[in-house]
Amino acid sequence: MGVSRLEEFRDEVGPSDPVCVRGGSTRWLLGGSPAEGCREVRAPSGVVAFDPAEMTVVVGAGTPLVELAEALAECGQEVALEGPSGATVGGVLAVGHSSLRRARVGSARDALLQADCVGSDGALYKAGGPTVKNVTGYDLCRLLVGSLGTLGLIGQVILRTWPSPERSLWLQGPATPEAVRRMCHRPSTVLWDGHRVSVRLEGYDEDVEAEADALGAALGLAEIANAPVLPPYRSRWTGRLPERSVLEVGSGIVHGPVEVAAVEPEAGVLALAARIRSGFDPTGRLNPGRDPYRIAA
Amino acid sequence: MQTGCMLWPRRRPDDPLTRDLEAAIGADRVEAGTSARHLYSRDGSIIRGGRAGVVCLPGSTEQVAACVRIARIHGRAFVPRGAGTGLAGGAVPCDDPVVIVTTRMDRILEVDVDRRIAWVEPGVVNLDLTKHLAGTGLHFAPDPSSQQACTIGGNVANNSGGPHCLLYGVTSVHVAAVEVVLPDGEVVVLGEEEGDPIGYDLRGAFVGGEGTLGIATRIAVRLTPDPPAVRTLLLDFATIEEAAEAVSAVIAAGVVPAAMEMMDQQVIRAVEPFANAGYPLDAAAVLIVELDGLPAGVAREVELVATVARKHGTRSVRIAADEDERARIWKGRKAAFGAIATIKPSYYLHDTVIPRTRLAEVVAGVNEIAERHGLIVMNVFHAGDGNLHPLLVFDDREPGVMEHVLAAGEEIVRLSLAVGGVLSGEHGIGLEKRRFMPLLFSPEDLAAQRSLRDAFDPDGVANPHKVLPSGASCGDIRDLPVIPEGVWV
Repeated sequence: MGVSRLEEFRDEVGPSDPVCVRGGSTRWLLGGSPAEGCREVRAPSGVVAFDPAEMTVVVGAGTPLVELAEALAECGQEVALEGPSGATVGGVLAVGHSSLRRARVGSARDALLQADCVGSDGALYKAGGPTVKNVTGYDLCRLLVGSLGTLGLIGQVILRTWPSPERSLWLQGPATPEAVRRMCHRPSTVLWDGHRVSVRLEGYDEDVEAEADALGAALGLAEIANAPVLPPYRSRWTGRLPERSVLEVGSGIVHGPVEVAAVEPEAGVLALAARIRSGFDPTGRLNPGRDPYRIAA
Repeated sequence: MQTGCMLWPRRRPDDPLTRDLEAAIGADRVEAGTSARHLYSRDGSIIRGGRAGVVCLPGSTEQVAACVRIARIHGRAFVPRGAGTGLAGGAVPCDDPVVIVTTRMDRILEVDVDRRIAWVEPGVVNLDLTKHLAGTGLHFAPDPSSQQACTIGGNVANNSGGPHCLLYGVTSVHVAAVEVVLPDGEVVVLGEEEGDPIGYDLRGAFVGGEGTLGIATRIAVRLTPDPPAVRTLLLDFATIEEAAEAVSAVIAAGVVPAAMEMMDQQVIRAVEPFANAGYPLDAAAVLIVELDGLPAGVAREVELVATVARKHGTRSVRIAADEDERARIWKGRKAAFGAIATIKPSYYLHDTVIPRTRLAEVVAGVNEIAERHGLIVMNVFHAGDGNLHPLLVFDDREPGVMEHVLAAGEEIVRLSLAVGGVLSGEHGIGLEKRRFMPLLFSPEDLAAQRSLRDAFDPDGVANPHKVLPSGASCGDIRDLPVIPEGVWV
């Protein structure tokens, strides 16, 4: 047995000097740009093992999301990760934004079962475990998702997969989100732009058609060919929808045309976060310059 | 050996720790007497040897914070506790700590039906929340078998599961935010009511912390819409291997049921007199499969599961005709552990997870291990996610039996790990399994977990000696009890 891709990645990261990990560069500036002089590394790419009967997949963090999706689709499965075109598995996990379909497929952090990371000291550490249910020790996996690579550089992960829905469609029309949610059982996405609601239904053919017919008859919603295009910047719902913005109903995320600054968390939370970061990375060498608290939503 | 009363120093009323606690939260909320300290020295686990220093029953976040601060001033650790139904010794107090019991904080503070969120205090009993939600079309999804007694605070501490976690996910999926008294007495809110957490997912890190990261004092839980259609199937198999293969085949066929539970013959025969569910007494194993969702999809999944089960040798497929029949099928499953006393007076329960494609061989292996040690094993477990609950039953008055029980238990753990499994699916590590942690985790893995714990609790005052391996002997498995009343798995 030669050196695995994961061990090569570990050796490349090494035990000293500042490093930042590059994924698909689709959201490179999110949470702050990496500090000057930072050495760039890339996580291994490729599907290592896919077990459709187990509904888990082992994949290099540098794998493009599209490539993973294609491999899973061959067996009618998918993962609950979503990102811009070109995004990698590791990048999507580092950013931690859940899929628009979270109400059906779950949040991004619920998809991660195990992460093999390179720590600040250059050694590999494992978070979580390979099974779909696991409370063995602390839940470091959920902490890693959304941490922008500041607690460890994710090299390889085990993700939970789900059967893909047989049918999915988008409907749109002048209704309220509350009315739509009352009429549907777990729609995967409900969007609200202040005037119209857009809803994505997924599931078995007959169920999707029955719900679509009911929404059409009662609320005048009609099928649209493509998913609505969302404005580029995310922020938190504050009880009022800004102009030209779209609310992801149930997730509290607003997609708007202008960048919104992150809200400062309470001091006690920031102090705890700082202790966690310095505990995992005492020398501050993992993705310096990046800060998860600078992501607005 | 049971720790005797002789070893318990009597606490004088003028003990400074007790006096300060009484002054802060009221004398009626502090119990320093020998009987209370005995009562709170153990939990639902088999672990003995714990000793509570003083017991507090605070009624508010401020009072919890006061207890934590006073414990620190007196150089004492503290141990958070809910209903004490835990099975891994997570609430067993080591070294005379202040035990902080949250059962008097039992108010449902707010239910927002439109946003599907409820704020509750940690002492709210799991099932009481779902009962409270009747008529709203919503429920709280985590349903540990102890749900009529366990608290939501305890669910948060253990990241509890239950049969329906197969589809809906464990407690962490259903906790949006949590107000926490940190081990230094400071109060923070971790997480957001909606959406992904901002910054580090401190909420996700806290859930499942087994009381070593602080005490939850208010919890925002996500509520799940009730499914429009539910069908419950009872499948009957002549061999346990066929039943296990059917479980793997259902998942492989692309169906994730809401729940998929297995009971073997020993369990079926023990529970039938209580449940009157009409379980087939000659079956080697039955599967309870629940499918829910929209009606057409559920109907198709029922057909698919029945077809797969027949291919794997099921002798009959019974579909509950009405709510009463469904309730009886579930009653047997949920009451399984009350029925064990009819077999033998003592038990030791394990909780491991294995890849669900390896169920047949591991269940066979578990049975072989038990047989080799001359023990009876009963299997009743969350088959759909590979979460085994092998239960060794025995009579602890038989000489030498304890050595076999502990040896068999360790072999079961090692077998689970050997096929790519983990130490615990829903009971946690507590004191019981900390010595096994190095079997699954390298020193680097454990150091990373230690970093998290130290960040929350730099001084090591919150539920010490739990979860991570510890040199302390507190809570070693010394002796096994007769079955305590009211035990669920």
